[in-house]
Amino acid sequence: MNSIFVDCCGLSCPEPVIKARNAMQEPGNGEVKVKVSSTVARDNVSRTARSMGWNVKVAEEGEYFLLTLTRP
Amino acid sequence: MNEKRGIILAGALTGIIAVILVIFGNPLNMGFCIACFVRDITGALGMHRAAPVQYIRPEIIGLVLGAFASALAFREFKSTGGSAVILRFLLGAFMMMGALIFLGCPLRMLLRMAGGDLNALAALPGYILGIWVGVQFLQRGYTLGAAGEQPSLNGLAGPLASVVLLVIAAAAPAYIFFSTEGPGSMRAPLAISLGAGLLVGIMAQRSRLCTMGAFRDLLLFKDFHLFSGIAALFIAAAAGNILGGYFNPGFAEQPVAHAEALWNFLGMGIVGLAAVLAGGCPLRQLILTGEGNGDAAATTLGTVFGAAVMHNFGWAASPAGVVQEARILVVFLWILLLVIASVITWQVRLLEKQKEAQKAPSGSGRASSAGRAG
Repeated sequence: MNSIFVDCCGLSCPEPVIKARNAMQEPGNGEVKVKVSSTVARDNVSRTARSMGWNVKVAEEGEYFLLTLTRP
Repeated sequence: MNEKRGIILAGALTGIIAVILVIFGNPLNMGFCIACFVRDITGALGMHRAAPVQYIRPEIIGLVLGAFASALAFREFKSTGGSAVILRFLLGAFMMMGALIFLGCPLRMLLRMAGGDLNALAALPGYILGIWVGVQFLQRGYTLGAAGEQPSLNGLAGPLASVVLLVIAAAAPAYIFFSTEGPGSMRAPLAISLGAGLLVGIMAQRSRLCTMGAFRDLLLFKDFHLFSGIAALFIAAAAGNILGGYFNPGFAEQPVAHAEALWNFLGMGIVGLAAVLAGGCPLRQLILTGEGNGDAAATTLGTVFGAAVMHNFGWAASPAGVVQEARILVVFLWILLLVIASVITWQVRLLEKQKEAQKAPSGSGRASSAGRAG
């Protein structure tokens, strides 16, 4: 299973959600790391990932959030 | 679960507060109307001279300052900006132009429906169509690009300007225009309007309530989260209107409205499409302005510009209907928005192709680089 990184810093919703979703929908990807710069993007990406049945781990990195989404 | 309850509560309370504002003197079905109220402020400052629609609406000030206070309290205030500022300004102007064809922002569309104004039922499918068209571009890669951090003052400009407006509203100096008749003269007392704005500003900041996001997320992801907020808003406002005796179903003689269905449909379509392209409805832009988002502040300034254009040229609709020039404008704006969205989407895709072509020889593709320093 691949791990891929999606940089969504500075992007406003729904763009982070679209990018994260596209990455999650690629069959080869087992882990998607998404970096976002706002709490809105953090919450929206987390909510979408959970609704798709993925596990979500959130880490705060200074001004940014790194979300680790893993396929169940 | 908690998030879900929050958005429904925020929507429902906003709907109820809108009815309370009408009880205290705001025009019917206009407890809140971001487009109308920004237009009134534009007029109060003399940037248009349509005498019936001039007043510094404290609701707008409250919305920005409420969001500002809430963002500060929850450590979400962040001075950001620098993403396609001029385009955002124009999208804001187009949003306002579409709204002044219909006579209301999407929030007022919901409130008009909740008051029994069936003309708004023609605008709703137009709004959804505009959002659907916007979503097609989003799915094909449309973006205005990333925003970055900005000097604090850039993010504080919106909230500070709101404080200045509040001082002007309270002092009411002679060179500020306040309507003595028409919708601009119908207003709840300043403290109540301000308080209502503050409350809704806080709730909208916490819940991310957005009338465009509601339909966009439904179309894009089948995500009902934001939609549940505006559904609650509509139901609460309708219940409030029925209980308060304001519910008056029909097409003719609705308050601050006209019955030209086609133009209601197309006008609100412009608002929907422009809102998707700008990333938020007029209400959401105000809330983001309070959170320090300079791009949203530029979009809101665009709505001021749009209001000035519409009233100075006599293109804004009125209960008498939509003038011929404004009909031409509607068609022109639809085409212009489609062109803007197409050009940007095409350019984004071109760039992506170029990037992939560059990456291909080195082989590593989109490998992880998660540890990159922030």
